[in-house]
Amino acid sequence: MTIIAEYGNVLLIAACLFGFFMAWGVGANDVANAMGTSVGSKALTIKQAILVAMIFEFAGAYLAGGEVTSTIRKGIIDPSILADSPELLVFGMMSSLLAAGIWLMVATSFGWPVSTTHSIVGALVGFAAVGISPDAVSWGKVGKIVASWVVSPVTSGIIAFFLFRTVQGLILSKKHPFRAAKRVVPYYIFLVGFIIAMVTLLKGLKHIGLEIDFFESVMWSIVIGITTMFIGVALLSKIKIEAGDDDDFHFASVERVFAVLMMFTACAMAFAHGSNDVANAIGPLAAISGIISSGGEVAQKSAMPAWILLLGAVGIVAGLAMYGHKVIATIGNNITELTPSRGFAATLAAATTVVIASGTGLPISTTHTLVGGVLGVGLARGIGALNLRVISSIFMSWVVTLPAGAALSIMFFFMLKGIFL
Amino acid sequence: MAIGNPFGNMFGKSPFRPIQDHMAKAHSCAQALVPFFEAAVANDWKLAAEKRKDLAKLENDADKLKRNVRLHMPKNLFLPVPRSDLLDMLTMQDQIANAAKDISGLMLGRKMAIPESMAESLLNFIKESISTSEQALKAISELDELVETGFGGREIQLVEKLIKELDRLENVNDRTEIKIRAALFKLEKDMPPVDVMFLYQVIGGIGELADRAQRVGSRLQLLIAR
Repeated sequence: MTIIAEYGNVLLIAACLFGFFMAWGVGANDVANAMGTSVGSKALTIKQAILVAMIFEFAGAYLAGGEVTSTIRKGIIDPSILADSPELLVFGMMSSLLAAGIWLMVATSFGWPVSTTHSIVGALVGFAAVGISPDAVSWGKVGKIVASWVVSPVTSGIIAFFLFRTVQGLILSKKHPFRAAKRVVPYYIFLVGFIIAMVTLLKGLKHIGLEIDFFESVMWSIVIGITTMFIGVALLSKIKIEAGDDDDFHFASVERVFAVLMMFTACAMAFAHGSNDVANAIGPLAAISGIISSGGEVAQKSAMPAWILLLGAVGIVAGLAMYGHKVIATIGNNITELTPSRGFAATLAAATTVVIASGTGLPISTTHTLVGGVLGVGLARGIGALNLRVISSIFMSWVVTLPAGAALSIMFFFMLKGIFL
Repeated sequence: MAIGNPFGNMFGKSPFRPIQDHMAKAHSCAQALVPFFEAAVANDWKLAAEKRKDLAKLENDADKLKRNVRLHMPKNLFLPVPRSDLLDMLTMQDQIANAAKDISGLMLGRKMAIPESMAESLLNFIKESISTSEQALKAISELDELVETGFGGREIQLVEKLIKELDRLENVNDRTEIKIRAALFKLEKDMPPVDVMFLYQVIGGIGELADRAQRVGSRLQLLIAR
């Protein structure tokens, strides 16, 4: 208790710094994958992508990020075991943040595949199992999370496969693909708005004082879906076949229709990413601030203060603005193969999967889910060439990142213990 | 930082555009036979040598494109169609360029004299051969559209139509070859035997060019057949 009382502010400030650092890393790296698809398919310019990311990452984190944050905060580690020594939980959360942040930086600078989610989960499990006791870890929950890392890319791949099949069947194989696209794309836009709204509403918006039941959720989702559809139709009406457009490549004008759709899926992707990955940075911070503000209470019944969320959002936006735009540009250049019609299928599949995971409080890797989506489109014979080494890099990130995050956080945990105790 | 990004690196270089470019180059090789042949018929071997140089340069460019495609198709690349079929098709395309180079080489090396009565029909025969290669190019140009539609739907029917036309053109070309051989047969006893032998070879070579263009089409058909 005395440590919390004595060093409370110092610890909190340090934790804020670490949390901001982590959020910065998420913004600099992870967001780039989520937005790179839209830039690569030329649906958005880099500036537009950053703007979309800023707005929808924040909205996602605020409206739908609560479940994952609470998982990171108290789902993986059983706080009740630490009721007598809250300072250990504070140190652990701080070392996890630091470990994950540093590991992200080291790994990306060497070009190793990493995932923020895996680093933070590895770090949390590491310090709890070794620093405290193996019983402190809710292994059942951890097992579920690890399973979701396999399930999420596969799910996203399956959705993407069928989505792209519908694009092939309903539009690309028609006699007038352009007309078919203009007719069908509004429904896809509806789907984007509907799915995102539905998952967010079903999970509940109690924390912003909105309590609605299932039926109302469905109604509101339909309303939101139709609203987005109308915005889409207005944007689509400006798209016309231009002379010379299709001389070289017959589907150029069709792709311009899909580019409008891609703008909407880009928003959905940013929202999904915000709802899942912001928690990696602010979950531990929320736990620390909860303990310190209650003077050593581990129970953590209090809601998450808004300023933590803001800190996370600002960190992400800062990372995105300072460094992320470069990564977006690089990725955007790499993936020109992903035309809007294909990118839409992959992105919407990934966004749907991620938002559902967010609703159930499972921290998953947005990047891996997106990779799954792209592979799904590839399996539908939609992509010119895919480098299958990406699959081994995903396995690598599981095998390497988890122990690395764990080892680092154990190290920092004992260092902090040594300094303060 | 993005170097090791699994997402950014998962997109390989698509071979389809480069394959189209290669076919266009191979076809321009075949086209270069016309000015060469005209110079040869006019007995202007200086000009013919120049034209042959142009052709050899085109063939060289085609080789470079071919090598580039092969280099960018590692085994672990995931393509919408079998990799070996694509590489086969590329080889066939390259053979069109090779055929054009062989024909011109043989004629230039021997400063081959063409019997005046045959000059026009031989030139037409060459042009017919070139039009099969043009048809093959037309079919290959649909590759990126095929990729876009995931090798399905209406696009398949379009390509199949193009391939059918290619087969028809090659058939016509076969019949022309028989006629030309018959014409030469009537003349051959009045000509130096060695010259006649090689002229037969040139005629065979021109027919072979059309044949190879047709084989490009049949490889394409294998790609889209499912």
